[in-house]
Amino acid sequence: MKASITTLSIALLVLLPFWLPNVYYVNIASQMLIWAVFALGLNVLVGYAGLVSLGHTGLFGIAAYTAAWLLTHGASQTTAALAALALAVAAAALFAVLSLRATGISFLMITLVLGQICWGIAYRWVDVTRGDNGIAIPSRPAPAGIRLEDPRAFYWASLLVFLLVVGVVYVFTRSPLGVALRATREQPQRMTTLGYDVWLIRFFAFLFSGLISGLAGLSFLYYTKFVSPYALSLSTAAGVLLMVIAGGSGTLLGPVVGAALVLAVQYIASAYIERWNIVLGTIFVLIVLFMPEGLVPGAVQLWRKSWRRVW
Amino acid sequence: MAQIVEAGLVIALALRNLHKSFGGLSVTSGVDLVVAQGERRLIIGPNGAGKTTLFNLIAGDLRPDRGTIELFGRDITRLPARARAHLGIARTFQIVTLFQQETLLCNVMLSVLGLRPLRWNPFVRFERQETLIEPAREALARVGLAEIADRPLSHTSYGERRRVEIAMALAQHPRVLLLDEPFAGLSAQERRDVFHLLRGIPREITLVMIEHDMDSALDLAERITLLHFGRVVTEGTRSEVVADPRAHEVYLGA
Amino acid sequence: MNLWLVLTINSIAMGGLLFLLACGLSLIFGLMRIPNLMHGSFFMLGAYLGVTFLRLGLRFWFAAVVAAIVLAAIGFGIERLLLRRLSGQALAQVLITLGLSLIVADSCLLGWGGDPISVNTPPALSGFTAVFGAPFPTYRLVVVLIAVFVAIALWVMIDRTRLGAMIRAGVDDPAMARVVGIPVPRLFSVVFSLGAGLAGFGGIIGAPILSVYPGLDNDMLPLSLIVVILGGTGSLLGAFVGSFVIGFLYNFGQVMFPALAYVILFLPMLVVLVLRPQGLFGTLAS
Repeated sequence: MKASITTLSIALLVLLPFWLPNVYYVNIASQMLIWAVFALGLNVLVGYAGLVSLGHTGLFGIAAYTAAWLLTHGASQTTAALAALALAVAAAALFAVLSLRATGISFLMITLVLGQICWGIAYRWVDVTRGDNGIAIPSRPAPAGIRLEDPRAFYWASLLVFLLVVGVVYVFTRSPLGVALRATREQPQRMTTLGYDVWLIRFFAFLFSGLISGLAGLSFLYYTKFVSPYALSLSTAAGVLLMVIAGGSGTLLGPVVGAALVLAVQYIASAYIERWNIVLGTIFVLIVLFMPEGLVPGAVQLWRKSWRRVW
Repeated sequence: MAQIVEAGLVIALALRNLHKSFGGLSVTSGVDLVVAQGERRLIIGPNGAGKTTLFNLIAGDLRPDRGTIELFGRDITRLPARARAHLGIARTFQIVTLFQQETLLCNVMLSVLGLRPLRWNPFVRFERQETLIEPAREALARVGLAEIADRPLSHTSYGERRRVEIAMALAQHPRVLLLDEPFAGLSAQERRDVFHLLRGIPREITLVMIEHDMDSALDLAERITLLHFGRVVTEGTRSEVVADPRAHEVYLGA
Repeated sequence: MNLWLVLTINSIAMGGLLFLLACGLSLIFGLMRIPNLMHGSFFMLGAYLGVTFLRLGLRFWFAAVVAAIVLAAIGFGIERLLLRRLSGQALAQVLITLGLSLIVADSCLLGWGGDPISVNTPPALSGFTAVFGAPFPTYRLVVVLIAVFVAIALWVMIDRTRLGAMIRAGVDDPAMARVVGIPVPRLFSVVFSLGAGLAGFGGIIGAPILSVYPGLDNDMLPLSLIVVILGGTGSLLGAFVGSFVIGFLYNFGQVMFPALAYVILFLPMLVVLVLRPQGLFGTLAS
């Protein structure tokens, strides 16, 4: 049953440019995929490790800015992409060492500050980042000669990345390390007694989460061909956290649903209401108040009588 | 170098001059405790005597201010709790909080996994690991829960959960097992079950127990240590302790 | 007037404004144990409301007080209707304040547009006053004096009144406070609304100096968070000293190290958070 739904969904996604041919919608779909990847990465920490971070936009931004800077200084696409991911992971390691001393609100605060420091550097180190003006890149990459300037080609490339990330996260959450990580969310003290190194497990989770966030940052750069400090702002951090929470942290597809929802609100609402952040903020507040588990668990509970958590 | 053997017995656990204070309050004051291998030791004392703190010190959840802890002659005073788990210390907790959403089997598998290199593997599927499933089922069988191994923890009784906890500790194949009030909150029948369970634990495993429920625990214990205000008041066999006037003082305040 | 003098004056004025913002945040953080991520929003909303009252013809100080009262009411409403529902879930409460800050930011854009609004200094205070021989803009001097007055008033309230004693007890040991019979939930409402009111007041009296613009909340919130973390949550003295220190760091830093301006500000905060992450909660007296 599950396998056929999965196959059907993937087929629908692959064929999207055919049943939704308008380029405008294809582009929106690409964006949803990119933000879904970001949300999936953040969820590794928020949902599985139980550590709410407001600093992942820092990692997202570091990847985007690294690639942007290298591309505008003559580096090849491959070099730029690899350097961007490497730097994002290195930064994630630093973030982890600084923030994993704490949990809960202290963790939130430390990651908030780290994210804001990154924002501050993007905003003020004008010589390198061009500050508020941002950095524009000349072209999207052309892996194996396939030009991604075409919206449909870019969509399929984004879809490929998305499916890859979903697959990797899926395997991870069902693996011994992933199961151990999820257990540390509930019972860190007991896990220590059982012989687990809780700090180190969280550290690896942070690196994994950082890598995915960096990948999302790269994709974002390729999509917009531009990066500015706004990508690292607190509102962006709140937005991606909302995607995770709205969809349902701790589930595999929750963040994906959340990303689609937030972006849909952004596009639909902004057609009717100029200030769609009010809608977004309201949804955020309502979900935290009434549906802290997020929409996916709530909806699934409606579909089935007994719900066993996806391992 | 530490004495592993005293009077012909192998010493499993040795606490020497252990001190621990919180703020100005001294909770453990110069505790000396020596447990031989295979022994069944019971630690008793009124509320606030410092029994759980002692367990936390032995397990590594707390660092002592002064003194040493030795496990089979090895100084583990500075070792973190997880390292002590790998050296053979397992413990149960007073408040039974396990992984509620999961099955009994899964809970015990997590316990088995804790000491294996497999716990760092991000690729294979946890549920399918026979190397975890078998020992987990075996541990559950030892505590008499084999039939309900696949039931979610939330669908079990309190008594069954306490047994799961013991299964998890046994699954670690420990050398020293610390049992924190294993009989607390159990019905009479459940207490009998746990009693037989603990009776049946092989001699390779040294048992150290904290308990309030004297009846069941006293029958299991070979030696008893009485704590009061963080100090060892008296120690000995059951009859020795029962006869000791200092024990009377502690419990009757006479 | 030379640059350093101007910077010093601005730093002191900024310190005063920051204190009005930070003292409330410090009390909220110390008592309710949450960083109120909408505190900058209160500041900005107070400023915008003040602008509207001024446009309606109210006199400056009257408008400021009314804005403060409105903000206090809003703060009370938020605590009573939203935060209290999630009592005990600190993380959820923080997320609520985050969501609300988004709502407020966009609402202000909706209500007052995207252009910065400048507010005139009240004419009676628009001159200069000699302070140690240097010409100090009178209005900024008044702002600092107001901050000092508020600091003293708060200190008296916390040190001498029953309400203050309850707040001190709540900051030191919330669990014990409840046990002793202190109405902690009501205290939360009072402190949250007090913080909101003070922030709103700071917003409007700061308007002649900072003007009012979208993004004011995002500019002021991190600064006030830094003050509170460095000064110690729940510590009035820490908030007072910290506000002026940050005022100086901010103004001088912008000029001397423009590229690293934010790094200079956030780094000490990061150091404190990392080195004492569990020691975020201090006592009121120190």
